[in-house]
Amino acid sequence: MTELALIMVSAILVNNFVLVQFLGLCPFMGVSKKVETAIGLALATTFVLTLTAMCAYLVQEYLLEPLGLEFLRTISFILVIAVVVQFTEMVVNKTSPLLYRVLGIFLPLITTNCIVLGVALINANRAEFTFLTATLHGFAAGLGFSLVLVLFAAMRERIAIADVPRSFQGPAIGLITAGLMSLAFMGFTGLIKL
Amino acid sequence: MSLVLVAVVAILLLCLACGALLGYAAVRFKVEGDPIAEQINALLPQTQCGQCGYPGCKPYAEAIANGDKINKCPPGGEATIQALADLLDVEPEPLDAEGGEKPQMVAYIREAECIGCTKCIQACPVDAIVGAARQMHTVIISECTGCDLCVEPCPVDCIDMIEVGRNPQSWTWALPTPPGTLIATDREQAA
Repeated sequence: MTELALIMVSAILVNNFVLVQFLGLCPFMGVSKKVETAIGLALATTFVLTLTAMCAYLVQEYLLEPLGLEFLRTISFILVIAVVVQFTEMVVNKTSPLLYRVLGIFLPLITTNCIVLGVALINANRAEFTFLTATLHGFAAGLGFSLVLVLFAAMRERIAIADVPRSFQGPAIGLITAGLMSLAFMGFTGLIKL
Repeated sequence: MSLVLVAVVAILLLCLACGALLGYAAVRFKVEGDPIAEQINALLPQTQCGQCGYPGCKPYAEAIANGDKINKCPPGGEATIQALADLLDVEPEPLDAEGGEKPQMVAYIREAECIGCTKCIQACPVDAIVGAARQMHTVIISECTGCDLCVEPCPVDCIDMIEVGRNPQSWTWALPTPPGTLIATDREQAA
């Protein structure tokens, strides 16, 4: 139980995937202009991360490891992630049009994001991870991503109308804000060791 | 050599399994789309730029099918509007990139010219003008809704409507308007 809690805190705050490990930066900068779309993307990412962490673990544990094919991790994870997301999109489209509209274009877009492959590979590198902990790690990575994305979008909505010096307007002030957030998240370093 | 063989076979099997899964899903979870929305979607430029205010061309096509305006697509330009107008048998309209949103206005009384007649105070629906008879009046900016009802009654024409830029002080969260919250009469007006 303690281990699970530690994994959660580690992935959400201490080793936050966006601000500490610098994975998934393009949606972080690209889809953070409005809180509404940021929430949509955050939901889709959390969903995809949990699902792909599960599937990648199964592929790693039951296909690659017994055959001694660990060197094929990257390509098989990419394949599995793409297929799983495509499959989920079809199922969601059929079963829940409302959810499909909320997640919208983000669901297929998220497939090509490095944070998804990053979580799968980090999970594969942790020999002690079980199915449960790997899934939880993926879910916590999604939560951490959602947290910083929504916070950042809320700030950018205000910054968009603030009196920013001319040379800092647009993406420049966005990147500076992201850097400051990253510095703030360094404060969590040493909270736990994992 | 055998490791290479095992690797190739394993990846091949994985690919086959995935392809079979997707092929099955494509048949099993097929969604019967709106045929008119499909036709509209075929005419849109598929840039997925979101400048129409929808997250991609398909959602905008569905919105048009549900009665939205056809002139919100800057990448498609006049050609797309014309094609959509032909398909839907409606009048083509000029391109509307901004979505027709008016900037927020606020009333401003040139106080030196105000004669203190109180006519604007009576006209103001939100009590945003302060003043008394034969005293100059002024507008409380934070209360003014920019309705310009006070401009007409002023006998000396000393009221201007000026544009207010949004700034961090006047910033507020957008009011949530999820679909389906409008009452029936408003929905008819909006459509």
